[in-house]
Amino acid sequence: MSTNNPRDMQRELRSYVIGFVSAILLTAAAFGTIGLRLVPSGWVLLVLGGLALAQMVVHFRYFLHIDLKKSHRDDLQLILFTGVILLLMVGGTIWISISQHARM
Amino acid sequence: MSAAKLLHPGLNIGSADPEAHRQAGPVMFGFWVFLMSDLVLFALLLATYSAMTRHGTAGGPTPADITDLKSAAIETALLLTSSFTFGMASLALKYREDTGRLFAWLAVTALLGLGFLGLEAMDFAKLAGEGAVPQRSGFLSAHFTLLGMHFLHVAAGLAWMAVVAVQLAMWGLCRAVRLRIMRLALFWHMLDIVWIALFSFVFLAGAGS
Amino acid sequence: MSHLDWTDLLFGQLRLSDFPPKGNMIATFAAMLVVVAALLTAGLITWYGKWRALWSEWLTSLDHKKIGIMYIVIAFVMLSRAVIEAALIRTQQAFAVNAAGVVGADHFGQLFTTHGSVMIFFMAMPFLSGVINYVLPLQIGARDLVFPFMNAVGLWLTAAGAALLMASLVIGEFSTGGWSGYPPFTELAYSPGEGVDYWIWAVTLSSLGSTLTGINFAVTIYKKRAPGMDLFRMPLFCWTALCTAILMIFAMPPLTVATGLLALDRYAGFHFFTNALGGDMMNYANLFWLFGHPEVYILILPAFGIWSEVISTFSGKRLYGYSSLVFATMAIAVLSFTVWLHHFFTMGQGANVNAAFGIATMTIGIPTGVKVYDWLLTMYRGRIRLAAPMLFAITFLLCFVIGGLTGIILANPSVDFAVHNSLFLVAHFHNMLIPGTLFGMIAAYMFWFPKAFGYRLDERWGVIAWGLWSAGFLLAFMPLYALGLMGAMRRTAQFFEPAYQAWLYAAWAGAGLIFCGLAALFIQLWASIRKRAMLAVPLGDPWDGHSLEWWGPAPPPEWNFPVIPKVKETEAFMRMKREGTAYEEPDSYEDIEMPRNTAIPVVIGAAGFVAAFALTWHIWWAALAGVLAMWGGVIWRSFETAPNEIIPAQEVSERWNAFLAAARKAQGIGRRDETTAANRGLAEHQT
Repeated sequence: MSTNNPRDMQRELRSYVIGFVSAILLTAAAFGTIGLRLVPSGWVLLVLGGLALAQMVVHFRYFLHIDLKKSHRDDLQLILFTGVILLLMVGGTIWISISQHARM
Repeated sequence: MSAAKLLHPGLNIGSADPEAHRQAGPVMFGFWVFLMSDLVLFALLLATYSAMTRHGTAGGPTPADITDLKSAAIETALLLTSSFTFGMASLALKYREDTGRLFAWLAVTALLGLGFLGLEAMDFAKLAGEGAVPQRSGFLSAHFTLLGMHFLHVAAGLAWMAVVAVQLAMWGLCRAVRLRIMRLALFWHMLDIVWIALFSFVFLAGAGS
Repeated sequence: MSHLDWTDLLFGQLRLSDFPPKGNMIATFAAMLVVVAALLTAGLITWYGKWRALWSEWLTSLDHKKIGIMYIVIAFVMLSRAVIEAALIRTQQAFAVNAAGVVGADHFGQLFTTHGSVMIFFMAMPFLSGVINYVLPLQIGARDLVFPFMNAVGLWLTAAGAALLMASLVIGEFSTGGWSGYPPFTELAYSPGEGVDYWIWAVTLSSLGSTLTGINFAVTIYKKRAPGMDLFRMPLFCWTALCTAILMIFAMPPLTVATGLLALDRYAGFHFFTNALGGDMMNYANLFWLFGHPEVYILILPAFGIWSEVISTFSGKRLYGYSSLVFATMAIAVLSFTVWLHHFFTMGQGANVNAAFGIATMTIGIPTGVKVYDWLLTMYRGRIRLAAPMLFAITFLLCFVIGGLTGIILANPSVDFAVHNSLFLVAHFHNMLIPGTLFGMIAAYMFWFPKAFGYRLDERWGVIAWGLWSAGFLLAFMPLYALGLMGAMRRTAQFFEPAYQAWLYAAWAGAGLIFCGLAALFIQLWASIRKRAMLAVPLGDPWDGHSLEWWGPAPPPEWNFPVIPKVKETEAFMRMKREGTAYEEPDSYEDIEMPRNTAIPVVIGAAGFVAAFALTWHIWWAALAGVLAMWGGVIWRSFETAPNEIIPAQEVSERWNAFLAAARKAQGIGRRDETTAANRGLAEHQT
């Protein structure tokens, strides 16, 4: 049933470990910037957003195995399309909300 | 380099079970599509939450008032570790003939998940005890709804794990169970990805505001 | 004291007074009509002894063709209800200029709310889901959708929502908040009864079904196309189905959020959209239209696909500008997520925001224009046959453009400030939905009916229906443009401006014509069933069709094709006919694996109805039971170890060889004989 290739398993195990360690580091960095007040308040959201985005990429790449390979094109396209939709919806909502409340 | 093409997100069974690998394509892609719609749901709840932090506190508790960073840190650790342990379960699924390791890793994941839920429930109870209930303000409504939605998803994932465990015990590692665990893996990793956004923009941003 | 507690526990807020008789004659009549119709239907089925057949061949079927037909049945039933409501609305307005009219204000509020909710969620969505369900797998050379079980679940959730709407005619009252349900009016403070809750749960059931269906369509198109059918060799209808599916997947979550948060406000005292304690009711409009705008493109894109098929087939020509049509469809799908604010230009955001969305809205008219030109160029120098579907296409081309132009007018925020929520707006969106969506669905019904049932529809009554619908639409809605510009607002039970009177009478007459048009469709069906031997087209290709759904007998066998075809170009079936391979025996037959029937989707739908009804009336134990049963059904299904059955190659070959033998014996006809009895479904072709 299985062509148990130990080398494959090692490779995939490494993928999970790298992902886990990177995620821990990025999480620690995020908690650190707030806990140790490393960033001026105007920049907080941007830094947190950047670290969050980086960690999401780590999850996608190392836990979900989505990368730039051709066979993954459909899945990657779907993620990117979803990203565009999210940007439009969330960005639009925030822009609209700010504008409305500024005029209230 | 694995000989089989990668057909879908998550761990591909590939050469370990070629027929399951072939069948997995549409099923996993379909579930992947569903997860995208779920992401949109969470994103809009987060956007609503974000607007509420600015205009919806109604003189009641603010984000800074209700954020417990220590609790958030432990919860994050639990969930992130559970994602890793599910990865280990996925490897056991793909490379091991017996189901012993698979059961073990799933059990660890479930325990971590239960721990996460337990801590969150305690957080909610603590807030309620202080009078910070969702009925107090729009902001608190959004806070409880956003975190509550994630909570419900994690709980559903645990229920799913239970069903899968039963089927594993009944049938062993047949094709259907394999595909089910693979979809559960996607679901579980996705919930951790959503949590990244939550701990960043609810807890950390809240504490830093 | 304890008696009251038991009543609350067992029946929630439901009381005897919520049952008929209702507050007025019309409402009571409507309630009795629903009850009588239900009893009559059950009675007829019992009389003819058809319960077993209904259950085992239709209700428990996972076949995309059966599911498609059942969706369309739901659509026609709900269309009838909503047309009657429209006629009542027109009647009220025609007779309420400085007068009381025929219904009270509260009743009127329910009428326009149910009319909109039914037409969108329980007529148009099921209709297009049904058409795509039936046609898509056939056109891409597949045996079924990727997830047949999920397909059935979507159907039965939709049916549950429709049943809830019908129940609301009998028990209690419906929302008066419009199909968009804006708070704070729909919050508990201003709508304390069961009405808004009926609306929330009916819409939730429908949107759940639509999300599942959208996933199904998208994955099927991505993963189940026949070998050789690249994306750019798919029929245009499949492209529009794909984009529709993508819109469904991404547009339903905002609706779930909007109605879900409103439900939390109403049931749990939360403050998402309340007046006080930090609620932001403007966010509701934002969330609702994040759904609502892509939704209207969900409604129109399948119709665009249908028009591409109908126009190219009845012009006897290849579709003009295939690539441009594909890119236009994709552009419309993406752009549809960038314009939602134009539904609330007047809500208070700044001019910059309005301008950005206004420009985006105008941009979306461009790809639609490209499509119109492509259709016109398809007709140009074609050999046009004015069969009923093509007549509807002509009306569409003429009227839809008018509606589109008024859309461009409305896209300008400054203009919109004057006509927002007036009858001008009502005229605009009906101008898009009736000639666009509804006529598209009717044309699809007439176009593909012969394939589904093995006989054509009566042509004469089809033309009569077309005449009545077209004239009715124009007479009912063109006056509304004038009225809107004169200041008449929407959702208004009474007017006080005598200048409106003549226009309102005209619109009322138009509604009457539309009602007759609906009747004509039913008469057409009845006449066709009676004459079906003469109208029979068992060889499956009555219109000299271009794409794969026309290959094979009518009705198609459960497994669609004996062997999955290998496709070499767009308009694959036309190529097969010209090459002479359309009626050749395949090299070999194989066993075919198909999903077995199952009752679980029906159970899930029924449980959904129970949960929704119980939530509406605050019958908590029943709500919990319903939700658990829904999940239970899903888990139960996961324990099914043998979901499929094998159809032996012998059976397949017998069925297909019988078809081939009949085709060989038959005489192919030219297009001149298309609507005569000589048409057996075989087109003449030089090979």
